[in-house]
Amino acid sequence: MMRTLLTVTLSGCVMLPVTAAANDDKTQAYIDQLTAMGFPAPNENQLVHIPPSMADLEEADIHPELKKVIRRGYGLFTNTQQLRGKNVFNNMNCSSCHLGEGRMPFSAPIWPAAVTLPGYRGKNGHVNNLEERIAGCFTYSMNGQPLEYGSDDMLALSAYHQWLATGVEMYPKQPIYGRGFPAPERPAELSYTNGEKLYQENCAVCHGENGTGLRFDGHTVFPAPWGDMSNNWGAGIVRLHTAAGFIKNNMPLGQPNSLTDQEAWDIAFYMDSQERPQDPRYTGDVKETAEKFGPTFHKHSMYGQVRESDGKLLGDHDNTGDKPFLKPDTVRSRTFD
Amino acid sequence: MCISIFAFRRGSLALLTFVKQELRPHYGYKHITISAKAYLFRTRERQSTVSKLPVILAAIGLATTAGIASAAVSGDPQNGKEVANLCVACHQADGSGKHIEGGESWPRLAGLNATYLAKQLRDIKDGSRTSPTMMPFVNMLDDQKIADVAAYYSQLEPTTGEGGNNADEALLKRGEQLAERGDWSQYVVSCMSCHGPGNRGAGDVFPGIAGQHAGYIEAQLKSWKEGTRKNDPQDLMGSIARRMSDTDIHAVAVWLATQNTASN
Repeated sequence: MMRTLLTVTLSGCVMLPVTAAANDDKTQAYIDQLTAMGFPAPNENQLVHIPPSMADLEEADIHPELKKVIRRGYGLFTNTQQLRGKNVFNNMNCSSCHLGEGRMPFSAPIWPAAVTLPGYRGKNGHVNNLEERIAGCFTYSMNGQPLEYGSDDMLALSAYHQWLATGVEMYPKQPIYGRGFPAPERPAELSYTNGEKLYQENCAVCHGENGTGLRFDGHTVFPAPWGDMSNNWGAGIVRLHTAAGFIKNNMPLGQPNSLTDQEAWDIAFYMDSQERPQDPRYTGDVKETAEKFGPTFHKHSMYGQVRESDGKLLGDHDNTGDKPFLKPDTVRSRTFD
Repeated sequence: MCISIFAFRRGSLALLTFVKQELRPHYGYKHITISAKAYLFRTRERQSTVSKLPVILAAIGLATTAGIASAAVSGDPQNGKEVANLCVACHQADGSGKHIEGGESWPRLAGLNATYLAKQLRDIKDGSRTSPTMMPFVNMLDDQKIADVAAYYSQLEPTTGEGGNNADEALLKRGEQLAERGDWSQYVVSCMSCHGPGNRGAGDVFPGIAGQHAGYIEAQLKSWKEGTRKNDPQDLMGSIARRMSDTDIHAVAVWLATQNTASN
């Protein structure tokens, strides 16, 4: 375990073991809190990183200009709606899915992107850097137009990601503890009817019985799990395992791991069987699109499949929600041949 | 007989919302829409509400035909003003309530959401929210008077919260963090994530808490923490409150009391 390694490495020094021991206690307290909430403890070889908070930023010994940029990135991350109509065309904030300001393990913490990219991404079949990865979120999850590469806002968001990764080595060899939305094992059967019932009982009080979520005073309070104001068909969370992992690990808010595995999967199945804006990679034919991106993506989603409850072919439309176009020009392949 | 009428009227409240929803184009799950609305009105203690749905639905039909449904649902602020004569001793004529240091604070009602207020009164009446102070008063109110008085207070101009002005800077800073960003190291999500922008309330379920008296917020959070208040949907507040230290409860209460109530 990283903590053990750290102590061993530093045990030869006179001063540093104190720090190492303090870090060890801090890490243990961090893990204890997570296990108390029902999350698994890290495996022996996993990398445990506690991302710094905004309070830590105030204390940090970095240039004030950089602090400003990171603060702006934090602001964009937690209130992405400020880019509504320009880069965001639905009700989402980055922090709608990446809970705890992008710092929570098991809720797709964002700092791993900063230390594992540039890297090859199966979803688009080429090497992506951090900016392109962020652009992916805007393209699909925000049903939007990505921030321009190299722009002030893109720089700020990237800086926030990298700041959260402070102290982690680049391209870590150890697997990262709590990365992504780890899903519980898929049950043998998924039930749409049960998912619908569970959604109405457990989720509708906030997210609305029709999946509209709730906005108030120009802000999103509860994001829309489907419909025009939700993520489009190309967003990671339309994959059943990602949705099941998100739900199991985070919902209802404040009560992680309170649903059974079957319940989380059934709700995911129900939620991901509802309509939403078209996948920006749409070829004009849902079956063709589902097939083209099946191996890398849609084999895990309900896109292009017939919904059993009413026979509807999911994704068979050209509705792009509030977004006045289908595909941002940043969605393109890249090759070094 | 009286009790059944009360239940019917509550049922009819659920129906009217349902009918309104159903007119909107959506994915067409009629029965589910009903159960969702019914859920909003049940508490953890009253989970049997859903199983009583068929009965309630039958009652709804009756109520609608008899033409009393709308009367039961919508409160009349003018009538509510008269009902409020019962409340002014504690909640004051302007609905500002009172912060009482070291005693039982009376919440500000002015400007709070009517549906939320009515639910609290009904919950106190049927015992799903405990308030010995309120009990004698709510016992004098039928469902119509509850709706009326809730409507009356909801349209009063929000007043200022008390109890936070003398708090020290560090306490207020901690309170601000909890209210606006939470403390995820304790898995305490921010107040704002449910109570809406500026903590000024969101929808019919999550009340405005900005500008509420510190003494009241503190007492309520402690009730949730101790399990003596549990009329929140799905334990959403209870699960958070149980993870809060008494210091944090105090911090967030004093900070919220100092906040602007505008557009509650």
